[in-house]
Amino acid sequence: MKSYTFSLKQALLLGLLGGGISVYLSLVGMVEAFGERYIINGVITMGQVFLLGPLVMIAYMVFMRSVNLPTARRIGYSLIAGLVGGLLLSLLVLIGNTIPLRNMFINASPALFEIITFGVPYPAGLVVPIIYGLIVGLIGSAIAMLPEKIRKPVIVGILMTIVIGLLRDLLMTIILRWGPVGQLVVWAFAKSGLTLIGAILVFALTTSLSYWRTSRPPSKGPNPVLQKRPVRFSLYGLGILVLLMLPPLLGIFFSEALNNVGLYILMGLGLNIVVGYAGLLDLGYVAFYAIGAYTMAVLTSPEMGFASLTYWQAVPFALFTAVLAGVLLGLPVLRMRGDYLAIVTLGFGEIVRLLFLSDWLKPFLGGTQGIQAIAQPTIGPITISTPQQFYYLILFFIVIVLFIAWRLKDSRIGRAWMALREDEDVAQAMGLNIVMVKLMAFGSGALFSGLAGTIFASKLTSVYPHSMNFLVSINVLAVIIIGGMGSIPGVIVGALALVGFPELLREFSEYRLLVYGAVLVAMMLYKPEGLWPEARRKLELHEEAEIIAE
Amino acid sequence: MRKSWWHKVTITDIIVWAIGIAIAVVVVYGSIMTLASGKYTLANWIDLAIRGLAQGAVYALIAMGYTLVYGVLKMINFAHSEVFTGGVFTAVFLAQWLATIGIVNSNPFLYWILCGILAMIISTGIAILLERVAYRPLRGAPRLVPLITAIGASFFLQYTYRGFYGSGIQAYPMPELFQQSIEFNNFKIYVSQLVVIISGFLMMLVLFSIVQYTRIGKAMRAVSEDKEVSALMGIDVDRVIVFTFALGGASAGVAGILYVMLFPIVNFFMGFIPGLKAFTAAVLGGIGSVPGAFLGGTLLGLLESIGPTLFLDGMGIPAPYQLKDAIAFAILVFILIFRPTGIMGEKLTQAKA
Repeated sequence: MKSYTFSLKQALLLGLLGGGISVYLSLVGMVEAFGERYIINGVITMGQVFLLGPLVMIAYMVFMRSVNLPTARRIGYSLIAGLVGGLLLSLLVLIGNTIPLRNMFINASPALFEIITFGVPYPAGLVVPIIYGLIVGLIGSAIAMLPEKIRKPVIVGILMTIVIGLLRDLLMTIILRWGPVGQLVVWAFAKSGLTLIGAILVFALTTSLSYWRTSRPPSKGPNPVLQKRPVRFSLYGLGILVLLMLPPLLGIFFSEALNNVGLYILMGLGLNIVVGYAGLLDLGYVAFYAIGAYTMAVLTSPEMGFASLTYWQAVPFALFTAVLAGVLLGLPVLRMRGDYLAIVTLGFGEIVRLLFLSDWLKPFLGGTQGIQAIAQPTIGPITISTPQQFYYLILFFIVIVLFIAWRLKDSRIGRAWMALREDEDVAQAMGLNIVMVKLMAFGSGALFSGLAGTIFASKLTSVYPHSMNFLVSINVLAVIIIGGMGSIPGVIVGALALVGFPELLREFSEYRLLVYGAVLVAMMLYKPEGLWPEARRKLELHEEAEIIAE
Repeated sequence: MRKSWWHKVTITDIIVWAIGIAIAVVVVYGSIMTLASGKYTLANWIDLAIRGLAQGAVYALIAMGYTLVYGVLKMINFAHSEVFTGGVFTAVFLAQWLATIGIVNSNPFLYWILCGILAMIISTGIAILLERVAYRPLRGAPRLVPLITAIGASFFLQYTYRGFYGSGIQAYPMPELFQQSIEFNNFKIYVSQLVVIISGFLMMLVLFSIVQYTRIGKAMRAVSEDKEVSALMGIDVDRVIVFTFALGGASAGVAGILYVMLFPIVNFFMGFIPGLKAFTAAVLGGIGSVPGAFLGGTLLGLLESIGPTLFLDGMGIPAPYQLKDAIAFAILVFILIFRPTGIMGEKLTQAKA
């Protein structure tokens, strides 16, 4: 380890970075958008968290990095970093009040400046950011000064309090359905966010829980109680029961959100085969989704007048078309690798969308107006039409696809995919039929995506070319990367985090792709194996890291 | 025992060639039908060609960014289209301010030059920042990793512009001089098109000379041959890579201003399609090669402007112009299949992933 001394210059630079992040979040509009959403009612809003959070973090970092110095100087540096950040914010307010900054940055509004200066009017308000810069500098170093055993639980507690405050609306909807049980906890929530007492309780609870977990001696091997068969099975049973009970518990809005998560899980499982197992980066994945949806539409909608099949009759055709498209795409790109494959598949996805959009194919595919009156699935006498009913259908399909994906993984073909991912030349030298293996990957990926497409089409009973854009491909890709490429539970975690979370926070949807982008970059820089990594993949990435370290 | 050539032909080859031949037949048939119908005069074709050349100059300049970075790092900078957007979207505010003080019509060239300089500075800055934050820490990581980072960075930048400048469109004020056309015998050319073609060509010449004749250009070519050996020869590889990104960013900035001379509307999403087209152009010309980017850009511009009418109109396909993007992407797919080296590049598609 190289020892280095922390200098004033570094403190200043980090302070600039922190202030820069705060200014960025302000100008990009997040501070103002969350300005009304209280974390703790009447005390702090999410907007203020965005404003102050970066400064606290930087002050904390400054303190942690200046290891070799006397404590007083470390605190001093933290204060300086906080001060610099505050100065930047007050500079922003100053500029905004002198020139019409709003002509350029639409978010540089008086309302934003009011949030930054905590409501103090202009000339005097310039001092406010400087003051709280110093205060958060102190808070940051105070957190950093705690002994390690307490520090981590405290940080977890703070983050959990923020998350629970943020998810107040969701939690309230669920809690209110609980009846008398709900009355026990309902007082912890205010009209927006938590009440002060509630926040303190949540903080104390999560902190002590986290403390208890970290202070336990590390257990050796899996928990013996969980290893017992009856216990395990009853846990599984409980899990299944909860999954089945969700729609009536959560209501229409959240069932709809879960359905979207479900569609992304289906697509994610498919793309996971192509990208995660076989290592073929496919950026035009939406094409198969679109083809599945459009085949369903053309075959079932009486509007088009080709055939008026039922949902179940049309599904095999839709799946067949999707797989056929997958193989047809697979054939020409067999010889491409890496970046080129990515671009060609992207081009393919765009071509498909443009064809659906064109006037040329309008008599067959509906052009810009899309296709309406798509059949909905029926089971016996019941027509599946409400979000809650679709929840069960999607759950049913997910279970099937999960099972297939899980069985495929360690099958002969699954191992062939992984060999292909590791080294194509060696795999071929070992006698793998590369053509078959690649086509199988594209075909099965397309199959799952096509299935998701059919559900999507009949859920909305209409399809439009505009809903089949490139962003869908990127969303699915982000899901499997965040979850961990090649990992099946990772897909579920990724879909819940990336699709479920934004559905719950309406203000957030505006910034969804901004956050996706940032998260993708951050993941690749710091945790390329994903949130729930596949064991083998993790090994690979770390092996690489070791080689680089040498 | 030597096997004769037909033993090496696989079923894949046959299918691929069948598709290729089918496309060729459609193209030839469509062209003959269109020309035979006599719907278009020579002047129409010249108009389309000029439009294509101007468009091609823009593609060529953006393609430079892809080609230069690919040459040095062997990586596709997916976020390059956002480097392009960043400069031109920021400069629109300068342009609107210049319009309020009346420079736009009194001195149109100064107006475009000022906007161009600002766009260049911003684009270059974004490109350098991108390299420093997103790509440098990942040098030497498995190839999929920087590619995904690039996609992430691309979205991050796009939605940053959206957050900063809004999701609506902004318009560049157009000087009156640039809306006029010069008439020739049987065709006319707009001043804006003329300026775009000439300045695009000059800029390519400048870039080519930098890469070919300057010291740092030499270093760039050395690094693209072999990073380790160049480092041993005393070349500061990091500096060369930063310079490469800066050069690509600068040409993207200029490309942005030339682009708005043709289509004076900007929004946060504007970079996606031109970026993809420019990538196509880079591949068409042979990625990694500077003259290739120029050639590919020009060719793609021409194909895209003449192609839909020439190939599709004769077959009675309504509104063929809607399919121009599809044609560009189809070209990309087919080059990568049949001639992955592009027109003047080395074979790279099969380079080890």
